[in-house]
Amino acid sequence: MNKVPSALNLGVRRGALEIKQFARQRESVVFTLLFPVILLAIFGSVFKDTIAPGVTFSQYFVAGMIASGLVNTGFQSLAITIPMERDVGGLKRLRGTPMPASSYFIGKAILIAVSMVIQIALLFAFGLIFFGVHMPTDSTKWLTFTWLVLLGSGCSTALGIAFSIVPKSGRGASAVVSPIVIILQFFSGVFFVFTQLPTWMQQIAAIFPLKWLTQGMRSVFLPDTFATQEVAKSWENGRTFIILMIWLVIGVLFSIRKFKWDRD
Amino acid sequence: MNVIEVKGLKKSYGDVHAVQSLDLTIAQGEIFALLGPNGAGKTTTVEILEGFRKRDSGEVSVLGFDPQTSGHQAREWRNRIGIVLQSAADAGDLSVIETVQHFSGYYSNPRDVDEVITSVGLQEKAGALIRNLSGGQRRRLDVALGIIGSPELLFLDEPTTGFDPEARRAFWALIENLRGTGTTILLTTHYLDEAEALADRVAVINNGRIVEISTPEDLGGRATAKALVSWRDGDETKTQTTDNPTSLVSKLSTQFSGEIPELTVTRPSLEDIYLTMIGGTHE
Repeated sequence: MNKVPSALNLGVRRGALEIKQFARQRESVVFTLLFPVILLAIFGSVFKDTIAPGVTFSQYFVAGMIASGLVNTGFQSLAITIPMERDVGGLKRLRGTPMPASSYFIGKAILIAVSMVIQIALLFAFGLIFFGVHMPTDSTKWLTFTWLVLLGSGCSTALGIAFSIVPKSGRGASAVVSPIVIILQFFSGVFFVFTQLPTWMQQIAAIFPLKWLTQGMRSVFLPDTFATQEVAKSWENGRTFIILMIWLVIGVLFSIRKFKWDRD
Repeated sequence: MNVIEVKGLKKSYGDVHAVQSLDLTIAQGEIFALLGPNGAGKTTTVEILEGFRKRDSGEVSVLGFDPQTSGHQAREWRNRIGIVLQSAADAGDLSVIETVQHFSGYYSNPRDVDEVITSVGLQEKAGALIRNLSGGQRRRLDVALGIIGSPELLFLDEPTTGFDPEARRAFWALIENLRGTGTTILLTTHYLDEAEALADRVAVINNGRIVEISTPEDLGGRATAKALVSWRDGDETKTQTTDNPTSLVSKLSTQFSGEIPELTVTRPSLEDIYLTMIGGTHE
């Protein structure tokens, strides 16, 4: 008797299958991957001013778009599609196989990470060519960028899986999840300059990871002189790391303990 | 060796006693059908055996393992069973062969992918996307995914619901083929002809209890039940129940000196017996 394949091995296979399935849904591929580009095009064309010397709104907005891309691609899409998979019995069928839950989660994380990389590449290309967005030249900024994307993607995936237990049906999932994400984006300074938001909004946003991801991304894409214009007068990257880690752990624990494979 | 052993199984949902003290033993290589109306406790029982639900009390052993256990042991156990659920309509963007191939990777000793696809009669649809399959073809794929891991025990939950008669016959032939491989099969159905065609033994379950366990031929004393002989005498249709229909027919034959008008000899069908057992009536 051979041994059952390892959870990691099956997770990688799940990831490949998830990507294959995603790639075949052409409309959603185009929309998901280009959504941040479309938003950048709209906002970049409307707001032409600079918000600080040498900082265009587009530059500011790229940081917000990458951060909220992480939330849209991970949290929002998983919290909507997992209840749909559950509705049609796909999850229950998986539950009846020797594939462990962790492999399913790893597969989702791979799908989200890969679509994030493509989404960011498209956003960079578009921002560079059409909106004169500056890329960081400093290698420590790229290091910050890398851990932010990895941690943000993991956090967003884990919380999306955890939140998938909330919508009762696949049909209603979008109505539950989308408003939460949109409100969170407004509160977290994705669409507007964070410091111009009312204090109570800033305080609520500070509980959730999106505000910190966005702030972290600003530390990558804006000049360091801009840090003085943040609420805390600094980028607070250490705090961002800790808060994202806390949310990641919460998401993972919740997913493992409470994940629902079946409708009832 | 018994593949499934259940003693005193109980499960309630609030005030509803879905399963009340149920006993069941299924031997290796048997095809066993669980019959019962909706809400009888069939699904609850099977889902407990499949490890999808927790029982309130009683002893359950499936392949020598308590289905309620979790962790790595549970993976080893799931590696030995196959489950075909009532409906799964996911993964429409994958082809038949991609899906079967992928699922084969979950098991330690999977069967050959092409062979399994052929055995369920989908060889001509191997490259087709799942969303383009008919209902019957999808069901065949469900079975392919249930047997790809070469299970020792296969659960089939109402496998032919929604099939046309031809598709149902083809499906029965497929299950008959599995019998040859020594796979133990636990089938739930509410089609009595299906139980009769496939099962070695049937259990009728009602109100959370087993009413009777028997072969389809003997269920409810069917094999020894009195026969009903009916014929026409002049303008009148006459009927008589008897233990010896042959001698009655031969007597009538002499009386009519040849052909007996509108002669029928019937024994209760499995359906008649079943409906009596669950306290229902013909509609």
